[in-house]
Amino acid sequence: MFALVDCNNFYASCERVFQPALEGRPIVVLSNNDGCVVARSAEAKALGIPMGKPWFKVAPAVRGAGVVVFSSNYALYGEFSRRVMQTLTQFSPRLEVYSIDECFLDVGGHRGDLTALGQAIARTVRRWTGIPVSVGIAPTKTLAKVANRLAKKGQAGQGPVCHWGEVAAPREALAALAVEDIWGIAARWGGRLRQAGVATALALAEADPSWLRRLGGVVLERIGRELAGCSCLPLELVPPAKKQIMVSRSFGERLSSLTDLQGAVAAFAARAGVKLRRERLRAQAVTVFVQTSPFADAEPWYANGVTLVLERPTQDSGRLVQCAQEGLTRIFRPGLRYQKAGVLLMDLTPAGAEQGLLFASQTPDSPATMRLMTCVDTLNREPARRVVCHARELVSTRWQMRQQRKSVNRPTDWAHLPVVHA
Amino acid sequence: MYDTEQLFSMKAGTTTLGIAETVWRVAVGQPRRMLRLFSSRIAAGFPSPADDHLEGPLDLNAYLAPHPAATFVVRVTGDSMVRAGIRDGDLLVVDRAREAASGAIVVAVVDGELTVKRLRVGREGIRLEAENPAYPPIVVHEHTELVIWGVVAHAIRSY
Repeated sequence: MFALVDCNNFYASCERVFQPALEGRPIVVLSNNDGCVVARSAEAKALGIPMGKPWFKVAPAVRGAGVVVFSSNYALYGEFSRRVMQTLTQFSPRLEVYSIDECFLDVGGHRGDLTALGQAIARTVRRWTGIPVSVGIAPTKTLAKVANRLAKKGQAGQGPVCHWGEVAAPREALAALAVEDIWGIAARWGGRLRQAGVATALALAEADPSWLRRLGGVVLERIGRELAGCSCLPLELVPPAKKQIMVSRSFGERLSSLTDLQGAVAAFAARAGVKLRRERLRAQAVTVFVQTSPFADAEPWYANGVTLVLERPTQDSGRLVQCAQEGLTRIFRPGLRYQKAGVLLMDLTPAGAEQGLLFASQTPDSPATMRLMTCVDTLNREPARRVVCHARELVSTRWQMRQQRKSVNRPTDWAHLPVVHA
Repeated sequence: MYDTEQLFSMKAGTTTLGIAETVWRVAVGQPRRMLRLFSSRIAAGFPSPADDHLEGPLDLNAYLAPHPAATFVVRVTGDSMVRAGIRDGDLLVVDRAREAASGAIVVAVVDGELTVKRLRVGREGIRLEAENPAYPPIVVHEHTELVIWGVVAHAIRSY
């Protein structure tokens, strides 16, 4: 038995914890720099505010509705995510943190009423952390997702909890779920499935598994079986190794000079290196990309990227930074106003797998380099503090984030603690 | 991420009693709190009478925040709670896991703001009392909702 615990409108809920006056008011959270809507409260959704659109294009339509706007505050959301997950550990020792605001729990060992357990989970998380959650409970992870959706829509009749086994009309619930809205169905599959006559979750659940396998491989077959109630996707207690690592940002202002872009790309490559080492991986391919704003109608739109393949896989930020610089010089065009750049590491292999190689020259990074990287990572461990960085990163920092509307409450910072009135 | 702490061997006279241990703890997003494990190996001489009673350094996290996921630190502004020993600028450790009983100092939501007051629940109803005669109590009327944000467990003042 699985429980999927999903935080309701997570970013907006985090902003509300220290500002109860925001309860009931529409909230939107914007991406840093480019100001696109990345999260909405239920009230903002009800106003019809779309995701992903730049706020300046949305704002005129909802003027007067009292929408509260925040820049995204990832330190705050990360802190609340940590607290929610920590609170959940008391309900099951086996849990899979699926995303910043979602967690699967194995509740198979629970003796007793599962709906009551779900309610205890929702009550405790809300009370301990201030974050409202919905809980879906079902024999498979895919059905737990479906149940969670029903709970969110208030169709379960048990407050924020939906136990699939107690859903009055499960067939109707699956029939009402469009195939594109099923967990794990890639958007591009929707059209193909509909062409094959599979438009709803019910059709998928009742399809012949071997036919599904021919249509969409083992992944689709598993989804079909899971919807039919047969568990095929176990809890991933150890997160699977990453396939790629991406660091990209929109700039605080449009950048035109090569120097400014060099500073940005160096910082992204170094950050990607930190992530790479944290995952204990090595990369052998580095992609750099730049683009101008797709919203600046009067300017030419330019987007380009280049992938460089290294001789040997590496964990060395120095080599990644160097590689990214080389790529940048190949795709940089003068006279344009760039809005975004990014570094993508690919062809990742686990570090240490080639230990015991016969010839030392085959070792991807020298022991001295690895010691240096470990040392740098340790010095920079405090979040948001860079004690040591590559000189290339300092040639320009004009790309850095604009966060004009960031909430000031920082429960993890002594200097900016939330205030209570006495 | 790991937290590691080296425990060094202790010397009693010329006899080494403890052996060095490295304690690893996977911090699954938990605040850094050291966990000490002890083991001793008696090479020679008398065992130390303290050997079974070693407890490690005092852990303020464990003392102030037994429910770390539910504990928040907030800063006080205002003087309505001075008689309870809570002054302007103090830090409060607020435990959201703790039950709010009558008489507890709580952080409550009043007019959309987080407010610290003493909770009184009695026959005459629910009141939030200040600890300063200059401030009248806040009476929670029937049919209005009172949200208790958390229970104040400790106050911290730095000198």
